[in-house]
Amino acid sequence: MDRRAQIIDVQGLQDLVEALLARGYTVVGPTVRDGAVVLGPISGVDDLPRGVHDRQDAALYRLETRDDDALFGYAAPVQGAKPVFFPADELLWRAHRSPDGFDVEDPDGERPGPVALIGARACDLTAVDIHDEVLMRRRYVDDHYARRRAGTFVVAVACGEPGGTCFCASVGTGPCPRTGYDLLLTELLEAEHHFLVEVGTSRGADVLADVPTTVATPSDVTAAGDVVARATERMGRTLETEGLRDLLYASAESPRWDDVASRCLACTSCTLVCPTCFCTSVGDVTDLTGDVAERHRVWDSCFSEQFSYIHGGALRSETRSRYRQWMTHKLGSWQDQFGMLGCVGCGRCITWCPAAIDITAEAAALRAAAPPPGPPAAPPVPVPTGVRP
Amino acid sequence: MTTTLPVLPVPHVPARAPHAMPTLAVWKFASCDGCQLTLLNCEDELMALAGRIRIAYFPEATRAVVDGPYDVSLVEGSVTTPEEIERIGHIREMSRTLVTIGACASAGGIQALRNFGDVAEFRSVVYAHPEYLSTLARSTPISAHVSVDFELRGCPVDKGQLLEVLSAYIQGRRPRIPTYSVCVECKRRGAVCVTVAHGTPCLGPVTQAGCGALCPAFARGCYGCFGPQDTPNTAALADRLLAGGMAPVDVMRIYRTFNAASEPFRRESERHEPGPDDDARDDAPHDAAADARPEREVPR
Repeated sequence: MDRRAQIIDVQGLQDLVEALLARGYTVVGPTVRDGAVVLGPISGVDDLPRGVHDRQDAALYRLETRDDDALFGYAAPVQGAKPVFFPADELLWRAHRSPDGFDVEDPDGERPGPVALIGARACDLTAVDIHDEVLMRRRYVDDHYARRRAGTFVVAVACGEPGGTCFCASVGTGPCPRTGYDLLLTELLEAEHHFLVEVGTSRGADVLADVPTTVATPSDVTAAGDVVARATERMGRTLETEGLRDLLYASAESPRWDDVASRCLACTSCTLVCPTCFCTSVGDVTDLTGDVAERHRVWDSCFSEQFSYIHGGALRSETRSRYRQWMTHKLGSWQDQFGMLGCVGCGRCITWCPAAIDITAEAAALRAAAPPPGPPAAPPVPVPTGVRP
Repeated sequence: MTTTLPVLPVPHVPARAPHAMPTLAVWKFASCDGCQLTLLNCEDELMALAGRIRIAYFPEATRAVVDGPYDVSLVEGSVTTPEEIERIGHIREMSRTLVTIGACASAGGIQALRNFGDVAEFRSVVYAHPEYLSTLARSTPISAHVSVDFELRGCPVDKGQLLEVLSAYIQGRRPRIPTYSVCVECKRRGAVCVTVAHGTPCLGPVTQAGCGALCPAFARGCYGCFGPQDTPNTAALADRLLAGGMAPVDVMRIYRTFNAASEPFRRESERHEPGPDDDARDDAPHDAAADARPEREVPR
């Protein structure tokens, strides 16, 4: 396998997409819809957002025009890859009443071929890896997720345009992906518009063989390195991760939770745009006749009162306890549970919070108010395996 | 004169004969008929519904009337006249299960705007012979007068949710009607947030789901048709709207539509009323007696 970096031009990117389509992949990439960059099925470079930039800040997203034809000149799309592999509403099974009981239909047969992700960023690839860990690599494998993930082809892009709410450099996930891709592109806009291509897997090399390439020059490689270096310096936000878990455990009774609850709308937006949040609820629906029943798994959120409802009432009736639960899990107990941070630094929870609540600012406020560090704190509540967080 | 009408206890309607098809009655109070039309709009499901439940009283659909008692009563509309107070009491007595449908029956409806004004004044301005009118000072939800088994929100109600409530009743289970915000449905359907991406004011974060985020999916802000969600931080959203440049009077108005009289929206709208005593009505206790008080004595 030739691991040397290659160069393709815009036509080469088109050829790459066509090579993937020809191999039967459903190609999913960024595209512009309703004034934002979203992920959707694409059939070529014409579907990509050309010459656009996103201005992102807390509760603010605006698509603006660039003065070049960049195809990846923006930060995180509205959603990461979560809806691709972990759909918002998944039909788990459907049953029909029959004369002697009922027949269960497996809906997995209806699914299209494997997915090729185009333009995936480091933050979102890390998020996919986190979902793989949570949903596939532990004792109980989520079959529906595993089947959607099977055979995924990833064309990653080194992020050259972090947004105003990005902080992947703080959490060590980006801006350039280190793993999890078959091919990695770096968009080079100076002189000619072309892409440096690095091969991550033999499968990636196989697909790239269908595309006309030239070997990258040392100056191309240097230029690609500069793109990443510049991006690293332009993160809109920072998050201090040192001692974060213990900080959150020590802050369980912080008055800051009341402060954030006064602003939080408990609307769930942060959790639903978070590429790592995986909480769902499962429910059965029947038709009027009662002859057809379906079981659906839908995205849910720890910000909903009903989410923590058990016999007798909701465990987290107040917004302060919901925000504390979410942030403590994401930045703290996730580390005990899965051995990693639950946050990839994509900034979506900040951008898409209609109340402009900023998880990095909340973490900084907790740190400013925290007592001086003592011995490492124990988790306030043990997290039993098999119980949803 | 003050009419006091205690909330009636759940009536002891005789049990229906086993295996008999349950009967359905549909009642109208002060309303636009849109929620009843939602039931009629269940075209594909109406035959299946008619096979499971006997439509016994539904004047909007049929002149045929089967006498009560009824297993399920769907009640549309709010209570706005003394006669309606009496009538809802009779309907409750005739109904094993009473479900309100829509914002009027569940929260008082758009006509509850009268609750913020002076009905006597409206009446004298609008009608040539106001003395012929008999009306109450407030438009109130059905639950202000009788016990209600389930309130289905919306202006109008959502067809899918209405069928879910009826299916749940027929199958003897709890209806699955979520109480979280519209944002959940908006994100699930992949709509782009109109507030964040376009700067459009939207009540979605404080409004209960049910419509499938219909307006945001068409790049409009949510109007709050389904009333407050279970944890409505109306003040925080108002702060955001004000910070975004909305005038206080418009913040008052945005909370004062189909669910103007629902408690969280009423309180928030009153915080933004113009005038020198801006905050005077904040946290004003709800005057329950006024719900049943005639606007004034009316000659018969």
